[in-house]
Formats: sequence, C-alpha cells, structure tokens
Amino acid sequence: MSKLLDFAKRIEPEKGSFKHTLWDGFFTFFFTPDHVAKQGTHIKDGMDLKRTMVTVVLAMQLCYLFGTYNIGHQHFLALGQHTGFLDGFHLKLFFGLGKLLPIFIVTHVVGLGIEFYYAYKKGHGIEEGFLVSGALIPLIMPPDIPLWILAIAVAFAVWIGKEAFGGTGMNIWNIALLARVFVFFAYPTTISGDQVWIGGLTNTAPGGMVDYNWWHSLCNSLFEALGASTFDMNASVIDGFTGATPLILAYQGGWEAVTEVYSQGQMWWGAIPGSIGETSKPLVLVGALILLITGIASWRIMLSMLLGAVFMSMTLNAWDATPFMTVPWQYQLYMGSFFFAMAFMATDPVTAASTNRGKWIYGFLIGAIGMIVRVLNPAYPEGWMLAILLLNTFAPLIDHYVIQANISKRLKRA
Amino acid sequence: MLNRFRRHALNVFIFSILPSSFLLAQSGSGGIFNTGLLVIAAIVFIVAVYLVTENLLGVESQDMGLKDPSSKKGVKSILGPKVPAYVDGPFKSFRRGHNILLKGVPTPEISDVEVRTFALQPGNFIGISPIPKVVVEVGSEVKAGDELFFDKKRPEVKYVAPVSGEIAAINRGAKRAISEVVIIADKEQKYKELPAINLDTISREDLVQFLLESGAWPLLRQRPHDIVADSAAQPANIFISTFDTAPLAPNSELIIKGNEADFALGVKMLSRLTEGKVYLGLNANGESAPSEGFTNVPHAEKNWFAGPHPAGNVGVQIHHTAPITPQTVVWTLGVQDAITLGKLVSQRRFDVTRIVALTGESFDNPRYVRTKQGAKLSELVGSEKLSDSDRIISGDVLSGHQKSIDQYLDFYDDQITAIEEGRHFDMFGWLIPGSMKPSVSRTFPGFLFKNLKYSVTTNTNGEPRAFVVTGQYEKLLPMDIYPQHLMKAIITNDFEKMEGLGIHELIEEDVALCEFACTSKQPLQKILREGLDFVREQG
Repeated sequence: MSKLLDFAKRIEPEKGSFKHTLWDGFFTFFFTPDHVAKQGTHIKDGMDLKRTMVTVVLAMQLCYLFGTYNIGHQHFLALGQHTGFLDGFHLKLFFGLGKLLPIFIVTHVVGLGIEFYYAYKKGHGIEEGFLVSGALIPLIMPPDIPLWILAIAVAFAVWIGKEAFGGTGMNIWNIALLARVFVFFAYPTTISGDQVWIGGLTNTAPGGMVDYNWWHSLCNSLFEALGASTFDMNASVIDGFTGATPLILAYQGGWEAVTEVYSQGQMWWGAIPGSIGETSKPLVLVGALILLITGIASWRIMLSMLLGAVFMSMTLNAWDATPFMTVPWQYQLYMGSFFFAMAFMATDPVTAASTNRGKWIYGFLIGAIGMIVRVLNPAYPEGWMLAILLLNTFAPLIDHYVIQANISKRLKRA
Repeated sequence: MLNRFRRHALNVFIFSILPSSFLLAQSGSGGIFNTGLLVIAAIVFIVAVYLVTENLLGVESQDMGLKDPSSKKGVKSILGPKVPAYVDGPFKSFRRGHNILLKGVPTPEISDVEVRTFALQPGNFIGISPIPKVVVEVGSEVKAGDELFFDKKRPEVKYVAPVSGEIAAINRGAKRAISEVVIIADKEQKYKELPAINLDTISREDLVQFLLESGAWPLLRQRPHDIVADSAAQPANIFISTFDTAPLAPNSELIIKGNEADFALGVKMLSRLTEGKVYLGLNANGESAPSEGFTNVPHAEKNWFAGPHPAGNVGVQIHHTAPITPQTVVWTLGVQDAITLGKLVSQRRFDVTRIVALTGESFDNPRYVRTKQGAKLSELVGSEKLSDSDRIISGDVLSGHQKSIDQYLDFYDDQITAIEEGRHFDMFGWLIPGSMKPSVSRTFPGFLFKNLKYSVTTNTNGEPRAFVVTGQYEKLLPMDIYPQHLMKAIITNDFEKMEGLGIHELIEEDVALCEFACTSKQPLQKILREGLDFVREQG
C-alpha cells in the first residue's frame, strides 16, 4: 500500500491545473486523505459523503443485474425465442450488456466530465453527488434511448439542475429525475407509449425486425466458437405480441386487461417491459432495506409515501369512474415503478424536505399526487417522476412551515 | 406514546412488506401480500383501540377521584422507558444522542501529583477583552485568591490567582493579547483570608459582593453565550449537571467523595443568588443511585436524566427543565466549581483544587490526579511520555481545546485527553466496511456491538462538503431544535431566524456530537460561536 501511495504522490500534477483536480478526485477515491481535525471536535465519525453515496450505489446493484438481464429477456420474448426466463441466458445477458453499457458510459462521461470541469473551475475537490445520480440515470431510462438524447439530458440535468445552483447539496430538483423529465418533455416519443420499452427492434408491433449491429455479430462469432446458440439476425416480432406495459393496459382496460397479458408473479418479480432497473419489486425492496438498515434513507419518507399511495388508490377505487380507477389498490403497487421511486428517488436528502415532520408530509403528498397522475393523466401513465419533482419544488415551503411552527412555539414560551 | 408508536412503525413496515413479497411471488397470487397489509391494518387498529380505552379509563378513574390510575402505571412500565428504582423525582429519558466509547478509561483512583507551574488564561473567558488590565508584575508574590487581572468593561469581576507563589511570566500571544499569567507555586500554599459569612442571613447584594471580592465569580457562567456571569443580572434559575456523558468524561462520583458538605454549602449559596431555583441534573443511567452527596442536597430541585450523550450536558437539562428565552438568563456551573464555592464559606478561602482525569489511549496509565486549576500539562501528566504524534486536549475529544504539552489546563476543565494524531492515508477508507471506527452510522459493523471501545485518531475520515444529509443532527440532539436550519440561519446571518430557532439555548458542547457525526464534516461549533457572537453584538 505504501508503494502505491508513493507512486500516487509521485505523479501528482501541479496544483491548480485541471489535471490536479482530476488527480485529486482519483486520489481521494483511493485513499482517505491524511487530514486531521483542526478546530472543533478532535475526532470525526468514520462516515463521510463518499461512503454515504457508495452505500446507495451498492443498494441498487441487484437492480442493475436484473435490469441488464431483463432487457435481453424482453427482447427475446417479443421475438418468441427463448421464452423461459433462464433460456438463452448468455444471449440475454450479452444483449442486455450491449444496451446498458453504452448508456452507463455515456451518462458517466458526460456527467462526470461536467462535474470535473466545475470542480476545477471553482477550485474545490470533486464532489460525490454524481456517483448516485450517475448510477440512477441508466436505471430509469428505456433500453432503446438514443445515446445523443441521453447525453443532452444528462448535460442538462447536471449543468442547469445542479452546477447552476452551486453544486452537490445545493440543487432543488433530483438530478436523475431531471434528466428523465428532460427526455420526457423534449423527446416524448422516446420515453412514452408502448413502443419504447423493449430494446433492439425496429418496431415492437408484429412483423417488426431485429436491429442488430456489430456487437451482436461479435457475440455471435464468440458463441459459435463455444457451440452455444446465437442471435438470429433475421428474427421478427411474433404475431399477437404487444409491447404495452401493465400501466398502459390498465389505462385501457383495468386490471383484467393487465392480467390477460402478464401474471402477477411476472409483474412482482419484474419480468415485464419497463425502464431498465425498476421492474423487479423484490430486488428494489432489498435495496430499500439496505438503505433503511444503514439509516441512509429516511424511513419516514418511504413509509409516508406508501401510505399516501395506498390512501389515494383507495380513494380512486371508491370513485370508480374509469377502468384504471377500478384497479384494486394493492395491485397498483404491482405495476410501474412505485417502489423504485420510493426507495431511491423520493429519499434523496438534498431535494427532499429536511425536517422530520416535513418528511412525513412530503412523502405522503408524493404518494398521493403520483397516484393521481398515474391514474388520471392520459398522456403518461406513470406519476412518480412528476410527483417527486413537484414536491421537490415544494419541499422548501413545507420545511418553512415546519420551521415557523417551531419558531412560534418558542416565541410563545418567551 | 405516539413517539413509541412511530418507533415500532418502521419494524412493522419492514417485517410485513418484505417477507410477504417473497411469499407472494412464490404463490403467484395476491393473497399473502394482502394478508401482510391486513396485519398492518390490524396492528394500527389495535393500537388505536388501545389508546382510546386507555383514555377512557383515565377519564373514568378521574371521575371516580383516583389520582393516579394504576392501569396507566402498568402501561408505562411495559412500553415506556425503564425508570430505575432509585429515581424519586421528575425523570426524563432520551433516545436521541450517542455514546462514543473510547479506549483509555481512567482507573477510578485519585493520586497526587507534583505540579509547580500554574497559569490563569484570559482566553478561557468568553467575551472579556483580549488585553485585560493586569494588576501584578513579573516577580511579585501573590496568595491564592489575590487579583491577577480584570476586564476593563466589567472591573468588578476579579480574576484571581489559583495558587500562591511568584508571578513567573505574563505571556502574550497574537496582537499582544495576554495568553496567560504564569505563577510558580509555593511549597506551602498561602491563602487570602476571606470574611466569614452566614448564608442564612446575608443579603443577596452582600453575597454578590463577597463572591466578586473572593475571586470566585468567574466560576459562574451565564447562558445564553456561556460568558462569565453578569453581576447585575438576575438569573431565572441556576443549573448544575452532576454527571458528564462526554467521551471518557471524569466520574463525578469520585469527585464528590469527601466533598459532600462543601458541595451542599455551595448549592445553598447559589440558592441565595436566584429568585428561581437551583436545579441539579442527576444521573439515572447507572445500575445504582448516584452519591447521596448529590441526591440528598437541600435547597435544590432535582431532575433525573437518562440516555446517551449529551444527556449530561447542562444545556440539554435546561431545555427540559425551564428553557431559556431571549429575555432570561440562567447561570450554570460544574460540580467542582460548586465545591469551591462551598469552601469559601467552610474554609474561608479560595481553594480551586481540581480532580482531573487523564484520559485517552496515549496515556499508559489513565488515571485521576489531584491538582489545582490551570496546572501546567507537562507537569500534570507526570512520568507519562507523550510524543509529537499525540494530540493533547484540555477537555474531552468533542469540545475540548488542543494544547501543546507546555500549555495549561483550561479554567473550566477537569479532564485531559491524549489521543494519536491521524496523519495517515487510509486506502479505500470510505469503502471498507470492516474497519473499526466509532460512528453513529450503521454502515460500520460497530453498531452491532454496543459496548465496544474504540481506538481513535484525529483523522477527519473524509473531506468537508456542503450540507447534504438531513435529519442527522436531530437524532443526536435531544432538544426541540432544528440544528441544521439553525446553522444555515447563522451562515446567512439571519438574526430573526437564529433567535427563533433557539440559538440562545445552545453552546458549543451541545452541538459537538452533531459535529462529530456530520457526514459533510462541517465545523458546527465554530459556526455556532460565530452566531452567538453575532447575537451578542446585536444586543
């Protein structure tokens, strides 16, 4: 270790240069610095922002694994090949990697590039905020997102959403959701409808052709050499296939329409089309559990958001006006990305309400409003992104009233 | 009750949602998931019914004229915090806070130590001018209790010699501020003789005058701001915390032993200084009751406190007894300060004997020593060898001050801590889950071992960042205060908000634990002091 340290010290570039900012970012990544407490407490907790952020990233690793595989699984389901979940394992995995890796790399090159540049320009260390945002963004994108749109969206989110406000800890809106909402409003056809959730097809309607490229040829030559099954370059979407997500089906025909296509187990475990990382509920909940046990995410937000969503879907059940409203409240949780939004999005401490009482209100309103958007909005049948961004905007106001209550309580005492 | 319900809500949430989800996936139907939700509903319902019946029972029993319905007591003993059997007064138990357990606990025996050099340091007194008027010269002889200097703004408060001897030096620091007045102590201590007073008959004005003349006045500290008490002020109440929960803090049971009478006299004197009450905060954390020297003191109201640090901080105890408002002031002092007040009457002299704990892993033999206020550290630590790679702190690791070995014990401190400096790089320090560092976070395995004692260094374990994590400070400060918002109000110089959020209820030691835990490594104590100075300037 000391040799490594010596080496790192030897290649340290001149201070104040962009290279030094880069070097510092990687150096502090490998080594906790030798800083000692100067004023105030003489000992400091072992916890720092890097560890906080990395714990969140670790908590979503299962979503990454499953999401990668599910991209391939959905693709082959549309083609009517390897329909068993574990059939064609290598094909599905490599197909998924072929989709996910470019998204992951583009997100990080663009996002970290902007972070590094601002760290250099403002002369501070590279902050860790993008560790989590950069890990979340690929998980909430459709597998076929064009990379240039992704790049613009990430740049918008990091630049306008974060650096313009002063960097990590200063932003008003959740960075990952800002990237997604940018795609949603600027390029609506790439992220809504029933065409976009299955990757690698020219068209998800029956007769649509596969859209393979050099990556798949490369994999094919490898698989041929190993004697395994290969990508079928001439496959097409089978008759009777629909790429609709459960939410679209529920909007059209209620719970019956959903269960005609997907079984409950399928929806719960996540073998359904959707954004890359949000489909598998149990794995998202494992992530949520990690965040709760380590105390990094607020259990108040998670619990109140669940209560808010359940409350609103029960109310809509009682209203009972459209097919979607009739979907029993417990089944609402099976569809869409409720748990993912609850575990990883709403709990972002920077953009959530910062008082404990405020967190209850904040979470409950996200749950309730998100459900309203999901059920009542015909344009886009999923509400959590918009609900969370809306409540991000109002979180300071919620906090303001909680704080004012504390202040007036103290004034009364005087 | 609601609090307790909230606490359990999390467990119910986790344990019902997750298992049901797995079972559900296997069965492929919604049955078990529904059952899980039904279980939650049932629990909520039962609790609701329970609360209603409890209230009804309470109303019923009041109608029947029963003062303390036994049913209520039963509930408390099952669900509430455990009240130790020896507690016989108002009791508060805190869940918020955290005990930092460190290696280097002092052995509970007091030894004498030969110290010749002492100093009084103007810098220890917050708010006095940095260049006070020194009334002695180098080479002059003083008795213990003779005036050394006074603050020109408040000349009535005398700062006096802790020991008799010869003035060896008047050291100056930056901007010619006086850093310390050094005295070489006589072998035989001589004391300035004080007039005899009768605490039962003396008037408040005469008592104040007596304290100012005797030199004991600076022992009284005034909140807000933690300054030397204003002799013209009427304190609403006077508070003494009889236990210290800070890391490796000295055990006040040892300190009170043999000094019970003087402590009681000191408390009686304090009770003459206020229209309000003298409150003692008593320790309800122990297996057995604290010393009778605390529990049986007359002229004082006793409140019992249980819970982790900072339950022993007087600021927390004030908040839960009679909170400070912007219009009132309260005075506080330590146990040993009160004993010194008692000795003014019983022995008619200013005796600042202090039992000081030498704590921390850098000491080969952590122990208690008997000395006087302002002792020189190099002589105080005796034969202990401390190197340059050790940090010496007057006070505890959270709110103490860094000292070199040639400096002196701070005026209000009764603890020296020495720990290793942490000038080392830690590979993947932020990642490795197994490393044993004290932490309030549950990302370290240490949270599973409640009684584990840690080795610590002064390494910051990370770099400073903007405020990111929320709710972290609130978990560590058992007061109805929003520390993070207060800090932001101070940083933005928002005077109204600072006052509204209760800056006058806090001093550095109260937020020290939050600063220790802060994920963003923010200097909260420094920020708070800047805010307090700002508020004081505004009047």
